[in-house]
Amino acid sequence: MLNDITLGQYFPGNSPIHRMDPRMKLILTIVYIVGVFMVSNLPGYAIALAFLYLVVRVSGISFKYLVKGIKPLRFILIFTFVLNLFFVEGETVLLSLGFVRITKEALENAVFFALRLVFLVMGTSVLTLTTSPIRLTDGLERLMKPLQRFHFPAHELAMMMTIALRFIPTLLEETDKIKKAQMARGADFESGNLIARAKAMIPLLVPLFVSAFRRANDLAMAMEARCYRGGDHRTRLRELKYTRLDLYGLLATAAFIAVIIAEGKLLG
Amino acid sequence: MASNDVNRIVASHLSYAYPEADRNAVEDVSVRVKKGEFLAILGHNGSGKSTLAKLFNALYVPSAGTVWVCGLDTKDDALVFDIRQHAGMVFQNPDNQIVATVVEEDVAFGLENNGVEPAQIRLRIDEALAAVNMSDFALKAPHLLSGGQKQRVAIAGVLAMKPDVIILDESTAMLDPSGRQEVMNTVHRLNREEGISVVIITHYMGEAATADYVIVMDDGRVAMSGTPREVFTQVAKVRALGLDVPPMTDLADMLRADGIGIRADVLTVDEMVEEVCRLSSRS
Amino acid sequence: MSIVIEKLNYVYMAGGPYETHALRDVNLTIEDGEFVGLIGHTGSGKSTLVQHLNGLLMPTSGRILVDGMDLADKDTDRRAVRQRVGLVFQYPENQLFEETVEKDIAFGPKNLGLGEEEIARRVRDAMRRVALDYDTLHERSVFELSGGQMRRVAIAGVLAMEPQVLVLDEPCAGLDPRGREEILSLIRGLHSECGTTIVMVSHSMDDVASLAERVIVMNKGGVFMDGAPREVFSRGEELRAIGLDVPQAVQLAQKLRDRGFDVPQGVYRIEEIKAVIEGIAGKGEKHA
Repeated sequence: MLNDITLGQYFPGNSPIHRMDPRMKLILTIVYIVGVFMVSNLPGYAIALAFLYLVVRVSGISFKYLVKGIKPLRFILIFTFVLNLFFVEGETVLLSLGFVRITKEALENAVFFALRLVFLVMGTSVLTLTTSPIRLTDGLERLMKPLQRFHFPAHELAMMMTIALRFIPTLLEETDKIKKAQMARGADFESGNLIARAKAMIPLLVPLFVSAFRRANDLAMAMEARCYRGGDHRTRLRELKYTRLDLYGLLATAAFIAVIIAEGKLLG
Repeated sequence: MASNDVNRIVASHLSYAYPEADRNAVEDVSVRVKKGEFLAILGHNGSGKSTLAKLFNALYVPSAGTVWVCGLDTKDDALVFDIRQHAGMVFQNPDNQIVATVVEEDVAFGLENNGVEPAQIRLRIDEALAAVNMSDFALKAPHLLSGGQKQRVAIAGVLAMKPDVIILDESTAMLDPSGRQEVMNTVHRLNREEGISVVIITHYMGEAATADYVIVMDDGRVAMSGTPREVFTQVAKVRALGLDVPPMTDLADMLRADGIGIRADVLTVDEMVEEVCRLSSRS
Repeated sequence: MSIVIEKLNYVYMAGGPYETHALRDVNLTIEDGEFVGLIGHTGSGKSTLVQHLNGLLMPTSGRILVDGMDLADKDTDRRAVRQRVGLVFQYPENQLFEETVEKDIAFGPKNLGLGEEEIARRVRDAMRRVALDYDTLHERSVFELSGGQMRRVAIAGVLAMEPQVLVLDEPCAGLDPRGREEILSLIRGLHSECGTTIVMVSHSMDDVASLAERVIVMNKGGVFMDGAPREVFSRGEELRAIGLDVPQAVQLAQKLRDRGFDVPQGVYRIEEIKAVIEGIAGKGEKHA
């Protein structure tokens, strides 16, 4: 189940999209999302789809893989679709059954909202699939740097993300080990009602927290021993540099936005 | 400053108590680590050996007495980062000291903190990874490495800072025998070839036996000190301090107790073989 | 009660890019009352093997019979198996979670659904067997104890299940010599006084040599050697070839043989080699 989620995973590669500067990719992803939200008719979504397809082709990721990533979201999609369908007010009634009324506006709204969600997830998936976590945090940190003037903890946030990414595999492994150790003492994590199951988690969660705190303590000392003193005056091994690729990316996205706006004016 | 060329770490009448503790974890310890020296600090758990190590790079500040690292007083707040660059530390748990998600990024961590130029960082991490034979793993994720490999990455991270002393705080305790061997070989080579002083905190006698000098801690104090040979041959005393003696030293001790005229300071299998040959050739 | 392992295979992440064949055609029988030392370097499959012994891992193919119960059978009562085969993981103190020592040790018996009186008896009994004083310690928080004490509480937690077979994965890892000696002597006591079958995974050849009656050597997921310590350790060359050491007494015996001394085959304990050297020295003195 967890393996189905493409959002947040990295797919190593050397495509032009992979090689783009993470800052540019972050900005362009936001621009793309804004673009998608400006769309309000079906031909517009066709254009968005074409653009997304183009980007995915260039990145070398299989489009199928990306579509598969939508699957875990199907419940959210259905939920929001139904919610929109029934609760959006409208004029043109398509169907009326007792107190349930489905209007044309509601249907449009439901479809568009679902489409937006799909495009949003697929777009951000392209970002994370083509950008290693460390480049992504680097990009984020540097984009947020100007905010530091207003005491926004840009470096601290990026460092937290890095450490979280670093320790996720370690803690997963540990969870598995503790779970097995408690099962060896007759613990049962799989049967019983909801309350019994929640209670059964205590022997797993307490040791996990104890261990996480100990690790945090150890790590803090190790970081201190290696002269860590916050983000000021810190240099980085990898300097970020904009290249020609970023210019191409920028132009392509600008063209996409221009087409979307033009299309909206013509048909909207 | 001439003396600083010889002594890397000088601790004088050093005491330390943890906050809210009613007794000192380290009590009136004086020791020095010379340039190029390989020092082993032994002791059972709770003997104060790890606390002592953390006083050597200003992670802890003495309650009484003084530590100088390459002539720098660890009590001086302004010198803390200089001191930690001179005296690097590798910790016990391999999983809890690697910060980054890529090996080379982790090796770069200390240099980044010290504001070293990117081009220079590149150069130094490549050197450091080569020195611990981990160049092939530069782009790997740390959690996929073995314990011994993780500790070598940690050593590279320290090495990239160009330290004068490397302190290993029970860095082999959680490793399997081959991992321990990897780490010990690495620090011995750095000690020999680069002249870096090494301080290892351990309770493995085999590791201490390869040191130039050994200190045994007990109850926060220095209970014994000397060359490994001088220390280990006092079998009864070492045992009383909660430590092992190397199996061959133990054997020599038992043989002597039975009236066999064998040397007391046997440490290795080969030395024992020589002794047995000597005994039999008297016939 | 015996454990019979037939043609056991285990594959991690079958079908994926990280597929690993962790166990290959393992056939073993562990008899009642044995003391087995299980050795092999990291990745040889020994940890995977011990997790099969109480049904934490399910065989990819093959069978494991514990007291006649087939672990691969979905209908087998897992709890009954885990009661009979106690497994102490590496660094078992990491699994402690209760407020007090007593409650933590009681966790296993409680899961077995035992009555309060029986649980109380078992907790006291388990604490006595790991040499922890009930009166002074039962109400203490587990997190206030020393490292060695925490480990003994964790072992007591498994002992309170009163297993007939106790499997310990590196029980001495990370302990100092005193702590190690305490753990080893309590394991020795469980075997000799209570007759518990012991399977001990260890990296220390000297520990295995001093305790085990049978040594199983794993390599690349298969059983590489299986026999009395005397037989296994006499094959020093083969052990070294797969990256394992032999006890120092064995190394010494071999080197003395190389120098032309008459050292009997199969010597592996310090006391034995001591007797041999005394023989050599005694002869020397007689001639002098």
